[in-house]
Amino acid sequence: MSLITDYIGKPTSRVDGPAKVLGTAKYAAEFNVPNLLYGYVVSSPIAKGKITKIDSEKVRALPGVQEVFTHENVPNYAFLDRSYKDDVAPGGSPFRPLHDAEIKYSLQPVALIVADTFELARYAASILHIEYEEAAHETELTKHIDEAYEPGRGKTGYKPPKSRGNFGRGWKEGVAHMEGQFSHHAQHHNPMEMFASTVEWLGDKKLNIYDKTQGVFNSQQYVNKVFGLSKDQARVISKYTGGGFGSGLRPQYQLFMAVMASLQLERSVRVSLTRQQMFSFGHRPETLQHVALATAADGSLTGMNHFAVAETSQFEDFTENVVGWTGTLYDCKNVKLGYRLAKLDVFSPLDMRAPGAASGSIALEIAMDEMAYAAGLDPLEFRIRNYSDFDQAQNLPYSSKALRKCYAEGAAKFGWEQRTPEPGSMRDGNLLVGWGMGGGIWDASKQPAVVKASLDADGHLTVSSGTNDIGTGTYTIMTQIAAESMGLPIEAVTFVLGDTTLPESPLQGGSWTAASVGNSVVEACNKLGEALLKQAQKMDHATFKDAKIDDVQFVNGQMRLRTDLTQGIVLRDIVQASGEPKMEAENSTVLTKLEMLKPPKYSMHAHNAVFVEVKVDPDLMTVHVTRVVNAVAAGRIINPKTARSQVLGSVVWGISSALMEESVMDHRFGRYMNHNYAEYHVPVNADIHDIDVIFVNEEDDKVNPLGIKGIGEVGLLGVAAAVANAIYHATGKRVRDLPITIDKLL
Amino acid sequence: MSQFTQPTLERPPMALAPTQAVSLNINGKAHTLQIAPWTTLLDALREYLDLTGTKKGCDHGQCGACTVLVDGKRINSCLSLAVMQEGSEIQTIEGLGSEDNLSPLQQAFIDHDAFQCGYCTPGQICSAQGLLNEGRATTEAEVRELMSGNLCRCGAYSNILSAVMEVLGNKGAEAAGSQATPKKESKEGARQWAAGAASQSVPPVEPAK
Repeated sequence: MSLITDYIGKPTSRVDGPAKVLGTAKYAAEFNVPNLLYGYVVSSPIAKGKITKIDSEKVRALPGVQEVFTHENVPNYAFLDRSYKDDVAPGGSPFRPLHDAEIKYSLQPVALIVADTFELARYAASILHIEYEEAAHETELTKHIDEAYEPGRGKTGYKPPKSRGNFGRGWKEGVAHMEGQFSHHAQHHNPMEMFASTVEWLGDKKLNIYDKTQGVFNSQQYVNKVFGLSKDQARVISKYTGGGFGSGLRPQYQLFMAVMASLQLERSVRVSLTRQQMFSFGHRPETLQHVALATAADGSLTGMNHFAVAETSQFEDFTENVVGWTGTLYDCKNVKLGYRLAKLDVFSPLDMRAPGAASGSIALEIAMDEMAYAAGLDPLEFRIRNYSDFDQAQNLPYSSKALRKCYAEGAAKFGWEQRTPEPGSMRDGNLLVGWGMGGGIWDASKQPAVVKASLDADGHLTVSSGTNDIGTGTYTIMTQIAAESMGLPIEAVTFVLGDTTLPESPLQGGSWTAASVGNSVVEACNKLGEALLKQAQKMDHATFKDAKIDDVQFVNGQMRLRTDLTQGIVLRDIVQASGEPKMEAENSTVLTKLEMLKPPKYSMHAHNAVFVEVKVDPDLMTVHVTRVVNAVAAGRIINPKTARSQVLGSVVWGISSALMEESVMDHRFGRYMNHNYAEYHVPVNADIHDIDVIFVNEEDDKVNPLGIKGIGEVGLLGVAAAVANAIYHATGKRVRDLPITIDKLL
Repeated sequence: MSQFTQPTLERPPMALAPTQAVSLNINGKAHTLQIAPWTTLLDALREYLDLTGTKKGCDHGQCGACTVLVDGKRINSCLSLAVMQEGSEIQTIEGLGSEDNLSPLQQAFIDHDAFQCGYCTPGQICSAQGLLNEGRATTEAEVRELMSGNLCRCGAYSNILSAVMEVLGNKGAEAAGSQATPKKESKEGARQWAAGAASQSVPPVEPAK
């Protein structure tokens, strides 16, 4: 029976939609608190060396300039490295802004000017005189492969790759082979909203910090540790985040600067970065990969070898799982995996949408296409023949895996069976047509999250947890889950997030928010339901006298007896009868140590399969991605409307990665030369054509009670490789260095 | 080791021009600001008038997040000094609709989920309004091309297209006084006009009122 208050799985419009289309949604730099000062950051023009002289006399003489902060006058805050470590800091020694004279990378912040107006601070920054002594820098990854080393486990979520079997033997057993070198350049997240922190000075070192972040608690603990402030003194708020893609996982340096300036000047201060400065912190690392595959006569893989070298900074070992997925996605006894880092004079890389997997799947999925051609098989048929029904990497069964459905439904929608395999064999008039495919795998994970549910005497339910919504739809899906759990119309439910005064929630990343917070929302509502039943039993209401929680259901604003649905009581009346303004319940899914140590019983992953059509001009070699079908198996989809948007966005990211996106380093200067939105190319509306998103049915009662696997990252996987494979099919040109710009095809 | 001296703009500080009164007509209201003459229209809106619906995404005319309407035409407000717009009618996202009375574009953006993080959205909507005012786009290809000055890093382009096409269709229907639909793309006439919506198995849902 469909009830009015059934919301899970329904394509609900965003509850934060009106605020976003009206312009009333406020982002970090938009809290215009009284007597606000403006900070403007000065960035280093050199990549390595030290500051030898700072002459700030002229700047200080400007009326309205409050202070010029440099390493010379910023007080020493916390001493130990661990005070600067955030929740997802890699192993090493975190960067400390304005700490000493040493320059570690180009665009490093070297000064903060604080003035009465933005215009004045910007002007003052342009006349600050700084002298440097340059040292030789190293930014070229290809020159440092030999020095690359195996990193330790330093960073949360990083698993050193595990080889199995004997690749050498598998290679010899094979009758068909492929081997290739793959590379892609650094990429910067570039969310539309630039990083900013507005710090409101409330007196006595008490601060309201409006920060651009993917996790208010991560920013708060950083401020607590670095500046020695209590939780009460540093409240971090982030109600709207103008895109993250991983860039907001770590506190960025504008947070340090705004808090430092506010404490020093005892004033409210805002520090916003410029678009150019958005290239001055984390990025997806440049990665070089080598893949070798071998197959038996029947097309089954006999050996797989996947090796990657990625850049990191001189001060931290940024790690990601680039090659690990290769050991899981396909069935093969002999798998050799390797992953190394090389230190360069750049800022530490940072998780960027589907970190590791996005890079690894480019090499693996192009290699799979090459192998299919070498084995004389259709690329889809080749993947199906090497389908993994059991996770050989973890030696565990899958909790669920509907990748076969992705292959079947995706191929049917795309019309894959009409493909002729020979490169250059398909045409649309003069244009070369290419059809390519790819796919991927991403962890379905869940983190501890605390959620509070509160029903007031007017019957309005407020559910809260200090998570974020970076555009993912968290506000909306949590509202849906709460409304259905409590049996209330969606208009009677508000979900509150993005504030450290709320119950603690994990960083928004890793595609885990829906599962982590969503399941906790259900539990909090269940606990509130139990409290409501108890209260109803105190009332003069014989119906629920002996009822247990399992005997009642919450629908259409009422609590009803399952055995007699005509017997119900309006929830609002129960709260009113309690004599309190509201009734509350809190759920914590924080795991005990014992639970954390328990080995997993299942391998839990989301999967996808992507089919791409490109049309290539044979004379100019311009590539247009004219059609994409992305079939995703990600467990239960709470909101097909917002989830579809996430996958649409992932496809745009994949096209971008395949054809456009790269941070171009000029090694003579050790500097990204295209550090702006005009020269760092991302797709515009005219670049994007038909995209079909399919969510295949995948029920999973093992992954978590709601059966959610997360959708933010998996959709990106395989897209870039599928574009590259389609280009090969259209042109016969195999490009293994992304992005595939026209010069590589001519 | 070489020496590197950061080149500075050798303007003497005392040449700082004083602030001046600038009068602006925004969303039908007159405002007079005391600002430096090089204050951009974007910063005047955001920092001096608390009209933060207009977004700063690059400050260089590269992303379109700051798009506003000046005398009905869409411009990048970061590329205009506020003082240049004295005497003009400026319309920002705050002037396009209200909570109780969303503009057709605002409603269509919600219905088609034409945004995720929402940061480029006011610029997209103002740009789309400018496009409608121009009256030169009728096909999908034209709308895509003429909406390409507005970046969306979340990649909501297909849904933005669907939203704009819907309003364009309704506007066309109003003008013709009939149930006219927008012109189909000549090359791919068989395809439904709203690429994003066509592939959606579910109709847009009205937002909670």
